Amino acid sequence: MTDATLERLPVAKAPARRDIGLKRRYAAERRFRFYGLAAISVGLVFLAVMLLSIFGKGYTSFVQTSVLLPITFDQKVIDPQNKRDSDPNVLVKANYPVLAQRALAERLGISPTDKPQMAALKGFVSDGVRTQLRNMVVADPSLIGTTKDVWVLAGANIDSAFKGQIDLDVAEGNRKVSDKQVAWMNQLRDQGVMEGKFNTGLFTFGASSRPETAGVGVAIVGSFYMMLIVLVLALPIGVAASIYLEEFAPKNRLTDIIEVNINNLAAVPSIVFGLLGLAVFINFMGLPRSAALVGGLVLTLMTLPTIIIATRAALAAVPPSIRSAALGLGASKTQTVFHHVLPLATPGILTGTIIGLARALGETAPLLLIGMVAFVADYPTTPLDPSTALPVQIYMWANEAERAFVERMSGAIIILLVFLMAMNITAIVLRRRFERHW
Amino acid sequence: MPMIYYVILVISIGIVALVIARRRAALQIQGAVKQHSRPHYHGWWAFLLATVPAILLIIVWSIGSSIYVERRIDAQLPQQAADGPIASRSLALSLVGRLADALHRLDAETLANLPSSFEELRPKLAEKGVALAPDTQDYMIPIAVEANRTGDALQMTGGVLALLLSIAGAAYGIRSIQPRARARNNVERVVRWGLLASSMIAILTTIGIVLSMLFETFYFFSSVSPLDFFFGTVWDPRFAAAGATDSVGQFGLIPLLAGTLYIAFIALLVAVPIGLMSAVYMAEYASPHVRSIVKPALELLAGIPTIVYGIFALVTLGPFLRDLSAALTGGSPFIQAQSIFTAGFVMGIMLIPVVSSLSDDIITAVPRALRDGSLGLGATRSETIKRVVLPAALPGIVGAILLTASRAIGETMIVVLAAGVAARLTLNPFEAMTTITVKIVNQLTGDLEFNSPQTLVAFALGITLFAVTLLMNIVALYIVRKYREQYE
Repeated sequence: MTDATLERLPVAKAPARRDIGLKRRYAAERRFRFYGLAAISVGLVFLAVMLLSIFGKGYTSFVQTSVLLPITFDQKVIDPQNKRDSDPNVLVKANYPVLAQRALAERLGISPTDKPQMAALKGFVSDGVRTQLRNMVVADPSLIGTTKDVWVLAGANIDSAFKGQIDLDVAEGNRKVSDKQVAWMNQLRDQGVMEGKFNTGLFTFGASSRPETAGVGVAIVGSFYMMLIVLVLALPIGVAASIYLEEFAPKNRLTDIIEVNINNLAAVPSIVFGLLGLAVFINFMGLPRSAALVGGLVLTLMTLPTIIIATRAALAAVPPSIRSAALGLGASKTQTVFHHVLPLATPGILTGTIIGLARALGETAPLLLIGMVAFVADYPTTPLDPSTALPVQIYMWANEAERAFVERMSGAIIILLVFLMAMNITAIVLRRRFERHW
Repeated sequence: MPMIYYVILVISIGIVALVIARRRAALQIQGAVKQHSRPHYHGWWAFLLATVPAILLIIVWSIGSSIYVERRIDAQLPQQAADGPIASRSLALSLVGRLADALHRLDAETLANLPSSFEELRPKLAEKGVALAPDTQDYMIPIAVEANRTGDALQMTGGVLALLLSIAGAAYGIRSIQPRARARNNVERVVRWGLLASSMIAILTTIGIVLSMLFETFYFFSSVSPLDFFFGTVWDPRFAAAGATDSVGQFGLIPLLAGTLYIAFIALLVAVPIGLMSAVYMAEYASPHVRSIVKPALELLAGIPTIVYGIFALVTLGPFLRDLSAALTGGSPFIQAQSIFTAGFVMGIMLIPVVSSLSDDIITAVPRALRDGSLGLGATRSETIKRVVLPAALPGIVGAILLTASRAIGETMIVVLAAGVAARLTLNPFEAMTTITVKIVNQLTGDLEFNSPQTLVAFALGITLFAVTLLMNIVALYIVRKYREQYE
């Protein structure tokens, strides 16, 4: 009996560790950790894919195919009746593309009387040659009758073909360049008179219906005006508002309302600011549509909350001992703030301002509503002239069908991103350099 | 002479006053009495006295006189405008206004013998580079000339008054320099009012947004019933010719709202798990070194303008998904190039840094003691996070998600480029649907006639959007603030 009970009793050996599922729990721990890493990598991989895809599409836009042509400024073409002294319009209206076409025919050894061959030359050289040669002749009429080597832009399709973006294995009828044009292209390349040159036009031209003469120059000037207006208006107003809220405001209803308002405005969709601009600045106050001034005002209102929030944080970070010391030496409250607190908060304020400006520079939606979607080929001379902005120009090119515009668009995005990157890096450097921990 | 020149004159008077007053005050310092304020405060006080009232007068006067001139034009219109070919009064008003502006550019000689018919006047204006609408009428010319004359006279009077006021202010400021005059207190009071005024701009902006949109929305509701707008299921705003009223079109909000919410939902499906997990990893696991590299990189993702995401969706991802789906089925693609999924996915990627930076702040705000308690009881780190940290941070995270959702609803450029313009109701995420913001942009770009329901509907959409996002923001900010107080 005792034996039996003994048998049933547990053997007195060291108790096994209670199974608390450690293995399972550690696996869960590793899994969880892996999810975290995976999440971060997804974000970063996507960033990389996006940037690579844009750079891949856009870097070729910084090179533009040009042809060196011996242009003969033939008086018979430019001014057949020899009356350019009495009527300066003759030089403006002359048929310059013919000059380029003849020069090209000469380069390729085509007889000018060979009609079908001459017709095939059409589109080989950009139509922008008209403006280019006109400007040369108007600037210096003594060119007429002489021959000069000029680099002219190739047409958009030739440019694409030259960069190898057009698949030449496709049947001739289904691609935009003919076999003949490809042969000429190779001939010119072998002669060394056709090559890709750095595309300065991308930075100087305005809107154009021809991709090869379209650029972001005008849009950059428009964006620059707007940034100037934002800086001139939003920085002082934002800093003044923050000083009031942080240093002077009594704790009352009004202050509360202002604070809630600012926090809400920071989260209002940007397109709503566009509607505000349209209704108030254009419709009610009668400011001109598509003007950089209106765009600047709208972006100012949009940027103000960002600047105010950053400035308040910078002011709050200045330790109270600075204030007490100044007040103790007999400075007034205003003197304390303007002579002591504000200078110490400057790096933080500048950082916030730059980040706000960078956001305003990339903003598109509100500008669409106030008429910045406009075909603007001329540089605006004042902020009241019709102008466009860099992101809006990108948006307009996104709606173009031709692939050469996609290239331009990606190039413009690269330019925009470089600007933004420069601003953000400046902000980071400022913060690292001047930030003080009290 | 435009008002801006008077402003410049007033400021110059102010600067002169500043210099004189400071000099006078500085001379007094040599006297025996101790001065209350330093000389430059006397200078600035004189400057403020000379400029502030005068500039305020100029602003008020300009607004008043432009309203007065418009009234005058309006009073002269009726007998003629009724039988003219122009139906609406506001159009006639704006035509006269534009004509008056154009006449300002002509030189005195042309103005003296102004042709009485618009046909003759037009080429002369064109020479100056002013193009006017062809439906300007002959009778408008004398009205415009008269309006210009009144306007110029008013401007002149106002300007001269402002200059006098400015000189008077300067003189008063300079005269009142006494050793015991409290110039500093005066200047500081003005500065403080200026600071208050600056912070009121935020309130003014909100009021401006609400009022301007309400105003246009009421206009819109006078031609389309609010019931048809808020509960209509068909969006078909036919663009009617100017003046035609028979084809109003249908303005149903439901398809747009559905598209907006659907896309925002997909975006949150992508952004919340990824963003939250990144934040958890960054806050709980990452070493300071990794953190200092990854955090700026994620911020970089947040700094990229939304149009770039939109273009990426339109040019790269959309076509890629379409071709992929075509390859999968071996025939017709089941994913369209512009689709809810593409737009939502790209928007979700855009929102990852938003979610992660908001939640990062919230997770790091959870007190150390809570973690230590859990770890001390033998929980693993992931168990601590899942059972202690996240529940403690939950209210804050909900607030963060609400803020993100409001960003998703108000986002414009990605959906304009990637979601399509077809307003329809569908559940298939691979088809195109459209959103409120897309339609606001569509209705307001291009040539627009301002008083048609087709453009006014944009404001009704805008105020709906504003109301929805405002509500979400207020709730979110309330939750986040409440949460912060809890652990502070």
